[in-house]
Amino acid sequence: MELTYREAVRRALMEEMERDERVFIMGEDVGAYGGSYAVTKGLLARFGPERVRDTPISEAAIAGAGIGAALGGLRPVVEIMSINFILPAADQLINGAAKIHYMFNGQFHVPLVVRTVNGGRRLAATHSQNLEVLFAFIPGLKVVTPASPADAYGLLKAAIRDPDPVLFVESALLYSMKGPVPDDPDFLVPLGQSLVRREGRDLTLVAHSRGVVVALEAAERLAAQGVEAEVVDLRTLRPLDMGPVLASVRKTGRVVIVGDDWQSYGVGAEIAARLAEEAFEALRGPVLRVGGAEVPMPYAANLERLALPQVDGVIRRAARLLEGDGAWLVR
Amino acid sequence: MATGDRVDLLERYQHGRHRELGLTDEDVRRMYEVMLLARRLDERMWILNRTGQAPFAISGQGHEAAQVGAAWALDRERDWIYPYYRDVALVLVWGLTPRDLMLQLLGKAADPSSGGRQMPNHFSSRRLRIAPQSSVVGTQIPQAAGTALASKLEGTGAVTLVTFGEGATAQGDFHEGVNFAAIHRLPVIFFCENNGYAISVPAEKELSVPDVADRALGYGIPGVTVDGNDPFEVYRVVREAVERARAGEGPSLIEAKTYRLLAHSSDDDDSTYRPREEVEAWRQRDPLPRLAAYLKEHGLADDADLQALEEQVRQQVDDATEHAQAAPYPRAEHLLDHVTGP
Repeated sequence: MELTYREAVRRALMEEMERDERVFIMGEDVGAYGGSYAVTKGLLARFGPERVRDTPISEAAIAGAGIGAALGGLRPVVEIMSINFILPAADQLINGAAKIHYMFNGQFHVPLVVRTVNGGRRLAATHSQNLEVLFAFIPGLKVVTPASPADAYGLLKAAIRDPDPVLFVESALLYSMKGPVPDDPDFLVPLGQSLVRREGRDLTLVAHSRGVVVALEAAERLAAQGVEAEVVDLRTLRPLDMGPVLASVRKTGRVVIVGDDWQSYGVGAEIAARLAEEAFEALRGPVLRVGGAEVPMPYAANLERLALPQVDGVIRRAARLLEGDGAWLVR
Repeated sequence: MATGDRVDLLERYQHGRHRELGLTDEDVRRMYEVMLLARRLDERMWILNRTGQAPFAISGQGHEAAQVGAAWALDRERDWIYPYYRDVALVLVWGLTPRDLMLQLLGKAADPSSGGRQMPNHFSSRRLRIAPQSSVVGTQIPQAAGTALASKLEGTGAVTLVTFGEGATAQGDFHEGVNFAAIHRLPVIFFCENNGYAISVPAEKELSVPDVADRALGYGIPGVTVDGNDPFEVYRVVREAVERARAGEGPSLIEAKTYRLLAHSSDDDDSTYRPREEVEAWRQRDPLPRLAAYLKEHGLADDADLQALEEQVRQQVDDATEHAQAAPYPRAEHLLDHVTGP
């Protein structure tokens, strides 16, 4: 069936709530309002206020109570309406959820899913960030960044069934994207599996979240010029599956990493380090990155555009890797 | 420090108050025994620290009556506790043993709370429904609300008791957790062991109201201040809160005023921030001799009984210490176990 990314998330939530009565939702505006991006629309009517629970503006309580409910035997799916607002809950997630299983020697599980959203537009510096990287740094957390309706569906179901805390980062810019989704309530996309989204022999583009869309568009334009780019969607940042990335780079020898996060210490930095450690001999040029400009996001449209990765930026780096004979790629 | 007027247990309870509260003589003897065990264990932990065998010790000395009084009001067979690091007596009531605590102090593999992974007095037991803890003050409060939410949704009738010092009530997590629990009328008891200091910072620099219990007004829940060195009074008010919680009437905030008799931890010298006269005045109200006097006055124990109990507790503490000292450390190959997964 064909669903939007938003519908895919909603369908996954509904099916998991029907499958397992321990699953419940709480967060700001998830009830009558239907969620700040309308993802939970209709769930209150279907499941009632006990299982679709509005909370105060209280991120630490949302995360903390989620942890406690998980310890108490439930399967909470809590919503932080924007990843920009997750920082008051960061202690609960980093010092709490991430560490409880390890620090107490495997006695407790925290099967908590925190759904949140990255990448706003025209909303400036405290509404537009890609802070998933902060959490991908933390052992004990799992961080998922779906970039298609099918992945949003299958990864969320897998996250809800997972014994560990999962930060599930939806992209504000992908909610209206349509795509095929299997009509199977047990369709799961295992956490920690990267996926080749497009095959190619000349160049590898590695991306996550909205960066995948940029990479796929760049690959289309490159194909029109006779360059076949392979696109690897990381899908999960932690645990990170380097297998498809390494296989692709061993084939192409050239790689550009695309993501909306800031480059310094970002996802691209980690991928570049792994490539240096594990596939250095396969590289035919430098590992290049296209990331966000190192500024808090400006509001003005022209400045915002300059601060974000663009398809042209990917093409320029591809041209550089393809050396002199690639210069014609840049029109 | 605002402690209010206090009277000795003997003056307060001429006529065997424990029986009026429904506590048996055996209950009171057991309460005293746990308090004494907690005290002697705690003392031994400091000795192990000062002799270089334990890297850290943190003290609950002085808090025992508050903890035992609260514990007695709950149902150990179904309720949850979210203790904090001073709650040696509380977790002993809940079923952790002196050996368990010593194993954790020394970071040994058999430490049932954490297998040598977590610092001392970060108690936990899934089996006993003792929730795990962070060292970040107050973060257990919203978590306890969540566990109470789980009990409510699952209809288990369980109550969650979460403890913390008055210092934690300045944290955002305190506000968020209590507010959340009050809105959703969750079966949780917020139990503050107010010892007057957040490490060195005195209560008047932590609170702009006289009592922590005053904060309850802002959440529309009952707030009760009680003499934390009187286990019977603590038992009485916590029991009322338990009844409210089980009846679906929501949370309560209870403030047990007490005092820590030692420094915050083995890493600080409290003489730099607490007047010696103040410490001495509180030593006069030490809950242990108070309850011992009550036992004798009401014919629940005589000097010989108390001496025999001391000896029995000493043997338990010796046994726990020797057991933990002889126990192996965690094995290197387990370093990466349990980061994630089933």
